Amino acid sequence: MELDALMLSRIQFGLTTAFHIMFPTMTIGTALFLAFLEGAWLKTGNEVYRRLYHYWVRLFALAFGIGVVSGVVLTFEFGLNWSGYSNFIGDVLGPLIGYEVLTAFFLEAGFIGIMLFGERRVGPKLHFFATCMVALGTTFSAFWILAANSWMQTPAGYEISAQGYAVPVDWMAVIFNPSFPYRLAHMVNASLVSSAFVIAAISAWCVLKNVERETMMKSLKLALLMAAITAPLQAFLGDQHGLNTLEYQPIKIAAIEGHWETVSEAPLVLFAWPDMEEAKNYYEVSIPYLGSLILTHSLDGTLIGLDTVSAEDRPYVPLVFFAFRIMAGLGFLMIGMAFLGQWLRHKKRLETSQWYLKLLIMVGPAGLVATIAGWITTEAGRQPWVVYEVLRTKDAVTPSLDTSTVAISLIAVSLVYLIILLVFLKVGSRMVAQGPQPAGGAV
Amino acid sequence: MELDLVVIWAGILVIGVIMYVVLDGFDLGVGILFPFQNSRGNRDHMMGSIAPVWDGNETWLVMGGVIILAIFPRAYSMILPAVYLPIFAMLLGFILRGVAFEFRHRSPGAEHIWRKVFAGGSILAAFSQGIVLGHFIGGFNFEQSLFEGGPWSWVHPFNFFTGLALVAGYGLLGGCWLVMKTTGDLRAWSRKMAMCFGALVMIAMAIVSIWTPLVDPEIDRRWFTMPDMLWLMPVPVLAGLAFLGLWVGLYRDRTHQPFLCAVAAFLLGFVGLAISLWPYAVPRVMTIWDAASSPASQQFLLWGALVAIPMILAYTGYTYWVFRGPVSDKDGYGHDG
Repeated sequence: MELDALMLSRIQFGLTTAFHIMFPTMTIGTALFLAFLEGAWLKTGNEVYRRLYHYWVRLFALAFGIGVVSGVVLTFEFGLNWSGYSNFIGDVLGPLIGYEVLTAFFLEAGFIGIMLFGERRVGPKLHFFATCMVALGTTFSAFWILAANSWMQTPAGYEISAQGYAVPVDWMAVIFNPSFPYRLAHMVNASLVSSAFVIAAISAWCVLKNVERETMMKSLKLALLMAAITAPLQAFLGDQHGLNTLEYQPIKIAAIEGHWETVSEAPLVLFAWPDMEEAKNYYEVSIPYLGSLILTHSLDGTLIGLDTVSAEDRPYVPLVFFAFRIMAGLGFLMIGMAFLGQWLRHKKRLETSQWYLKLLIMVGPAGLVATIAGWITTEAGRQPWVVYEVLRTKDAVTPSLDTSTVAISLIAVSLVYLIILLVFLKVGSRMVAQGPQPAGGAV
Repeated sequence: MELDLVVIWAGILVIGVIMYVVLDGFDLGVGILFPFQNSRGNRDHMMGSIAPVWDGNETWLVMGGVIILAIFPRAYSMILPAVYLPIFAMLLGFILRGVAFEFRHRSPGAEHIWRKVFAGGSILAAFSQGIVLGHFIGGFNFEQSLFEGGPWSWVHPFNFFTGLALVAGYGLLGGCWLVMKTTGDLRAWSRKMAMCFGALVMIAMAIVSIWTPLVDPEIDRRWFTMPDMLWLMPVPVLAGLAFLGLWVGLYRDRTHQPFLCAVAAFLLGFVGLAISLWPYAVPRVMTIWDAASSPASQQFLLWGALVAIPMILAYTGYTYWVFRGPVSDKDGYGHDG
């Protein structure tokens, strides 16, 4: 691996995107949760909902602020580090991101002020409306950015101009490109699962530490209910997404599965050490037939192997292979935890099962880690293409960029993000420990 | 005459940039004034006056960037690499001041750190923008649309000067904003700050107006050739009147007049700049028509812009209405125990 401007730009983009994605993942789900809490309070008049709203909205504000500023960086990185890319896709993806700004960013930003600071200045219904608009904005944002990302995976509705860049032909085909519905559903639900587990973990901690025990039990039950619905759903959506990928990006699936050769009756590789040089797996542990069965729904279905493309057209298999296993492993862990929670609740042992609450705290970040691992799977699995089979990553980088420039920005942004993450965790855990504040105080 | 989409979009972009400069200008300006304010309570009020709106204000910058990507992609991919380090510094400045909003009031023991981060981030963002602006006016070094200037080509006295000038300009907007939004000793202090920064801005604008034609002979020709000179005269004259209104407003301790006049001065400065650079997307290299994306791209986004921008202006205006009047102890951060 040569640390040139291209590689450093890739590291920088990966790092800044991974950092950013944690915050929208938390805020999309939490915003919907907040809208539910405030709506429930307005409908039932039960003060518990209001107290919970005030508790979670403060943590939401913290995550939202970091999400906004870390997102601005990405908008400009397209041009700074990837001028070949932005020149190529500007006509097609620029308007999509434009719609994201017009329909999502402004909506969020316009109403977040009222949501966070306006409770004493507007009535409860208008305040609820502001909360809903923020939640709607976060969801719109996911819609457009996933449309753009999916177009890079399965480009459609465009042609290449005489000057050599992509121009739109059919906007509906651009937006609703083949992988978009699957990716959107998978990501929005990922956000719900991740939020549910973060909320559940923090609630469990409060219950264990006797911080507003009864209020936080309510929060815990709501979060576990959300987890019990969304975590199994995620497995189904992930499977559908995988089948779609098999149709449009079979090489990515081959890398995920660790299949070097095209075979029928393909096994399911549970663990292995994929070797790029030798083009084979070491220490493979696999279950016969199961690979074909899962992906083709028949025991002898043929699966395309990495050997169908030349070595330079393959993604870096170990990264894709392991990132996928981390994602799927954590996914199954979360499904197990969600079902266990419902069972304990059914047996009325949830509050007294200290071991489960402790486990829940440890599993808290699992959704976020799984989300990042999932994105690594799909983005690294697309390589060496940035726009699949149309534009190579090496042609996307800014040609005039020199290594030292990217090194400076990469070091600077890494330091700043590290500090922000540490302060976020410190400030966030202090707010967690304070518990819900007396109702009626400013948010 | 057929409507020229490119010109419409150039107009929307100009409106977006003006919205950005005025709105984020005053809240960056509040950060720029932060180091001069010694009272923590007053700093709370200063931050509280922009807390509900800064996020929306910054969104206009994102919109400007994305319009350039979507409508002028050829320019987007040329300009950004040419100002890589200043843009990156600006982004880091935004990140630092953005997180400082949240962290400052939630870490009472570390206020002395986060107030510096807030000020430093605001100043860094404003100064970097000024450098980008200066470099943009001065022109880039391109060989067949490939940037040839190297990573440090922006290091030039003129660019540093425009950087300082923009910091002073935002400081002025911030001071005038605080005159509107505060009362008592904080308002008196804000008025004093607005006067100091107003003086700096007038000096800076005079120097930039003389220096720019010297840096760029084409700008010299545009402004100082008859009969164009006569047509363009209203711009400097009106700018002079705006400054006069600013000083009278500050001197008589008016509430809204200083801010409105400062905004007018900024607008006229911007109009002057637009006249200097028209019709280039990349000065002296690429016109807006050469930089433009396909008509289908421009049309598609135009529908969205025509529907969404009035709505955005309406609810943004509503937010400002909700938080109208001087900021009080019940607003902003720091009162949630």
